[in-house]
Amino acid sequence: MLTVVAIVFFGRLALNLFVWQAEYPLAAPFAKLFTSEPFERRDLVTYAVTCIFGAAWIVTGLVLEEAVYGVLGTVVLLFVGLGLLRRAILQRFPDLPYAQIFIACGIAFALFFPIVSYALESVFHLGLPLRYWFDLSILILTYVMLGWGLNIVVGLAGLLDLGYVAFYAVGAYTFALLATHFGFGFWMCLPIAGAAAALWGVILGFPVLRLRGDYLAIVTLAFGEIVRIVLLNWTEVTGGPNGIAGIPKPTFFGLPFSPFAEGMTFSKFFGVPYDGLYALIFLYYVILVLALLTNLVTLRLRRLPVGRAWEAMREDEIACRSLGINTTLTKLSAFATGAMFGGLAGCFFATRQGFVSPESFTFIESAIILAIVVLGGMGSQLGVAIAAVVMVGGFEALRHTAGLQAIFGDEFDPALYRMLLFGIAMVGIMVWRPRGLVSSRAPTIALGDADTISGDLVRQGRG
Amino acid sequence: MSEGGAKPWDTDPILRVEHLTMRFGGLTAVDDVSFSVGREDITALIGPNGAGKTTVFNCITGFYKPTEGMLTLDADGGDPFYLERLSDYEINADARVARTFQNIRLFPGMTVLENLLVAQHNVLSRASGFSFGAILGLGQFGRAEQDAVDLARSWLDRIGLLPRADEAAGGLPYGDQRRLEIARAMCTRPKLLCLDEPAAGLNARESEALNALLQTIRETDGTAIFLIEHDMSVVMRISDHVIVLDYGKKIADGTPSDVRNDPHVIAAYLGVSDEDAQALEARP
Repeated sequence: MLTVVAIVFFGRLALNLFVWQAEYPLAAPFAKLFTSEPFERRDLVTYAVTCIFGAAWIVTGLVLEEAVYGVLGTVVLLFVGLGLLRRAILQRFPDLPYAQIFIACGIAFALFFPIVSYALESVFHLGLPLRYWFDLSILILTYVMLGWGLNIVVGLAGLLDLGYVAFYAVGAYTFALLATHFGFGFWMCLPIAGAAAALWGVILGFPVLRLRGDYLAIVTLAFGEIVRIVLLNWTEVTGGPNGIAGIPKPTFFGLPFSPFAEGMTFSKFFGVPYDGLYALIFLYYVILVLALLTNLVTLRLRRLPVGRAWEAMREDEIACRSLGINTTLTKLSAFATGAMFGGLAGCFFATRQGFVSPESFTFIESAIILAIVVLGGMGSQLGVAIAAVVMVGGFEALRHTAGLQAIFGDEFDPALYRMLLFGIAMVGIMVWRPRGLVSSRAPTIALGDADTISGDLVRQGRG
Repeated sequence: MSEGGAKPWDTDPILRVEHLTMRFGGLTAVDDVSFSVGREDITALIGPNGAGKTTVFNCITGFYKPTEGMLTLDADGGDPFYLERLSDYEINADARVARTFQNIRLFPGMTVLENLLVAQHNVLSRASGFSFGAILGLGQFGRAEQDAVDLARSWLDRIGLLPRADEAAGGLPYGDQRRLEIARAMCTRPKLLCLDEPAAGLNARESEALNALLQTIRETDGTAIFLIEHDMSVVMRISDHVIVLDYGKKIADGTPSDVRNDPHVIAAYLGVSDEDAQALEARP
């Protein structure tokens, strides 16, 4: 019954939005929540009616003790309420730098989230699933970093790279091998892993310099697979499918987090009782710093000649050569820089897992990272970060969907539909925002106040 | 063809093209063409469609490797550059030959100012310590970038685009894009500027402004100009030296008035009756 109501309601909404372009389509006021078109009187009536319906559903849910009605009502109320709040803020303060505020809030949240949530938990004992939260946010930040790294190659230089995971693997195995054979620590291996991956970026770069577009994509795809298959079959060195285990965790300026370590440990040094979460929080900050480093270096490089040359190459390679730019070196530098950040992320991945095997570096990883870059909007740092959070976090959120189960019945296991929903989301975004979430490009230098450049003018590169 | 006495462009040319031949498979697009481009001249290369003008251009600027022939660029003082041996970007970076394209090739998603800064890449890249220095905040990059912006600003002022410096180049009107492309080429500080149909698609007033721009480039910047053009009002008014190609061969070479009265040129452009054609072919 409820399913029917939901389908009819949202179906009618969708039809109104995209099929029946009636004189006053029902969906028009809802669409206005996302734009800044002026309201009409009848829009407000629609909002009021919708809110009354939402409230009625919540009341029904409370009375019947049915979660379904409550979930639906809350969603509807939140949708209209947040939309109206957005409009109200925009109307009152039209000139605030919303993007900057959003970025600042995001960074502040990322910086304080683990400390605040840990403090709350240890003071109030709320039973928060902190370990799970930290694990998930570390995973998300890893993908943010990978997305930003690949963004240099795909978004700035316009070189379609389908084998980015190879550099991730090179970084991870470099650390794993150095740690298990020579006892090197994480901090020492981090730059080595970055350099090794950059070297492999150049090695991949050479054969593909003359390739463009589809051909480049095919060869980079093959490169990713070659690296994975070599790791799988070179058993003497890489352990083959068994992988390499026993990779050490990073230390806090030489202080290990393990309770079993000999000598001084983190807990002993600071005189606090051992808690496994400390190591996790530390890992979180390590990847946060690495990701922000990637971002800062990229933002700086964009304003340097090499970054402008990358973007110019994406726009028009022939024009670049006519201006005396050595496109060979420029391409190699893009591959090397992108690969270096992939290698750093790989090194972090190895230390976080404590174990690496070729299974972690399959093509689907490359595809997800590329999807993050494309969904986010090629070249946009903010877009890529949002896309990473939405893709990885959203993928994870589909595991816990009491709400969906309430709608589709208890047997409904959303995890089984993850790929389907993922595909639908991709198609949806490509239909509505074909150039990604943030498609505009910010100029790297300006004489006066420069606006961002519309995505319609920015080229996406052909290889 | 006018004989008699060395022409001024032959005595001290900046570019000497000797026996240039370019074949694509069985097609000979350019057949044994030789000419000189004077150091202080505006030299025009004209000819009917398909005559091989753009092919000559692409050979000079390194986008094609000539099948045969020698291209000597004699910049003042130093050793000459043999352009047929250099790759396309070296021809701009080392031999200082800049070019524009028949169908405009700006960086449409970058601002007007960024377009002009990309043109100064090699200077800026050296100043930034190939980015390694500048990313650590070392070196004189800030100073060099300021100089680059000043050069760009002076060019924008000359082409009248200063108020639109922060707009996307792809959003400019066609005529502005043409002038911006010339300014971008000039920001590489070339000794020889090659323009492929700079007046194509311009209206009469814009074409007039282009003439003025080219003349000031020749006079104040000391850059030789070599251009392909269909618009005879541009060619005849501003060029000092005109070379005419037809079917890949040079059919005339001289001052605009020489060329205008040359029967081969008239025949190539207007066509001739069969008897006249035979008479023309019989002449030396």
